[in-house]
Amino acid sequence: MLRPTNLIFAATSILVVFMIAVVVSKRAGQDGLAPVAEDIRSGTRQELRPAADTGSSKASTTSATTRTHPVIIRQPDGPPRVKLTGFDPQGRSGEVACSTCHSVRQPNLENKTPETLDEFHQGLVVNHGKLACYACHNPEDSDSLKLADGTKVAYQDVMTMCSQCHGPQATAFAHGAHGGMNGHWDLTRGPQMKNNCVDCHDPHSPAYPKMMVGFKPKDRFNAPRADHHDHEGAESHDDH
Amino acid sequence: MTTTETPQKPSLPIVENFTRRAAVKGAFATLGAGAFVAAISPLRQAARNSSAAEFMQTHYSELSPEQKADVIARLEAEAKEKYDADVTIADDRPIPGTKFVYAINLSVCNGNGKCVEACHKENNHDRDTNQSYIRVIEMPKGTMDMEKGSTTYTGAVPKDDKFYLPVQCQQCDEPPCVDVCPVKATWKEEDGIVVVDYNWCIGCRYCEAACPYHARRFNWKKPEVPAKEVNPDQSYLSNRIRPVGVVEKCTYCLHRTRRGKLPACLEACPTGARVFGNILDPKSNIRWILENKRVYILKEELGTKPAFFYYFD
Repeated sequence: MLRPTNLIFAATSILVVFMIAVVVSKRAGQDGLAPVAEDIRSGTRQELRPAADTGSSKASTTSATTRTHPVIIRQPDGPPRVKLTGFDPQGRSGEVACSTCHSVRQPNLENKTPETLDEFHQGLVVNHGKLACYACHNPEDSDSLKLADGTKVAYQDVMTMCSQCHGPQATAFAHGAHGGMNGHWDLTRGPQMKNNCVDCHDPHSPAYPKMMVGFKPKDRFNAPRADHHDHEGAESHDDH
Repeated sequence: MTTTETPQKPSLPIVENFTRRAAVKGAFATLGAGAFVAAISPLRQAARNSSAAEFMQTHYSELSPEQKADVIARLEAEAKEKYDADVTIADDRPIPGTKFVYAINLSVCNGNGKCVEACHKENNHDRDTNQSYIRVIEMPKGTMDMEKGSTTYTGAVPKDDKFYLPVQCQQCDEPPCVDVCPVKATWKEEDGIVVVDYNWCIGCRYCEAACPYHARRFNWKKPEVPAKEVNPDQSYLSNRIRPVGVVEKCTYCLHRTRRGKLPACLEACPTGARVFGNILDPKSNIRWILENKRVYILKEELGTKPAFFYYFD
């Protein structure tokens, strides 16, 4: 007997069986594919590994492949120059090096504050522990600095000198956790510029200065509500 | 009854057999029609505020590349029309193998608010309200209870008995704001940034209420930005000028960070308190901080798993 319901049942069951078959074959196909994908992945890993090895033997190539851009730490231009207040007959205002005066004067290794000086540097604010001037300035070559062991350090490398006492800060700086920066976090895409110690800290008085708050968002709930005099649920006050 | 007794005499134009039932039916039909008109009346507003193309625009994740290009072209044209600014809107996608994480050194932050200002300018915020995604809270020392803090401090900072807590979107790994969105207009991307499709947002502000960090902002009015102050370097999911009536939020400046640059708030920080990086890179600054400093997160007990860390040193 051929009833339409029987026909429909037969058709549906055939369809279901077919769909199951398709799903099963697809699974099998995925299972078959998976090892291939694994091979590809391990292959790339192996490709990467020799590259890294060659990189470690040739540091320059690694930096070329993974770190294309440098971290640039700003440096002072050089030894400070003292601007003279007077003018010469040609109307030029002079600038002199530290050594202009200091090469002919006997250094006072004991001196700690500008108050004890009778000439020059009197206005200088010094608040850097109890360091003597010549703890950092070099008595032998006044256009340079010196480390605690007497090694000469150029003004450009002032950070080397700061770091001998401020080690934790130097470590944090080396890992980007101290001092401001600009540019790129991703060195494969661009360089990064970092401040040095004396960009933010006055070496003679290194405490970070106070600042004025300049910019304030006007949050709606911070703004005074002039039109609002309904204090339901709020604290009462006697202003009106 | 006989038919002859009902002659077809001309009558006044009144409804014949006007029963009580018909009257009630008519009244409810009128009420229903009125309610329908009232219900669809916001559409007139919508038609005035948005073009047909914008009205028909689908969800960001369903846009084909061609549709995306059309949408971006339309938005750039709108920026020109409404703000007289030539902008380029990119569609920056996550960089594979990155998860962005932020850290702030609270020992160094002095609450000067330069980050707040930088965010304001970078992200084309409304100039009138000084809107910004960052809020710096002046906190009394000895507590982490944000309720005890104040955002309205002024004058010289830092004050002696205070510390300063900048709060912005924490890009949570379990973002409550995403969970509550009824239209999926906000979601978390592969690099950890929680974004908003500003054209899909219906402005219900559920996310704003759900965020325990007060990180989301609502555009109560059309943002006002003078043409020469518009930052033309924009991205669809980031700092393009948002329409009125939608919610917006910090995106870690994805229009910068997904191009390898540092966020604007970090570059603006004069104290160097802010650190940004890819937590998946074991050599990154941020990893060194997480491994070597005592870091903590805000409102840990809520289980939001922020990608934003604070530390003292």
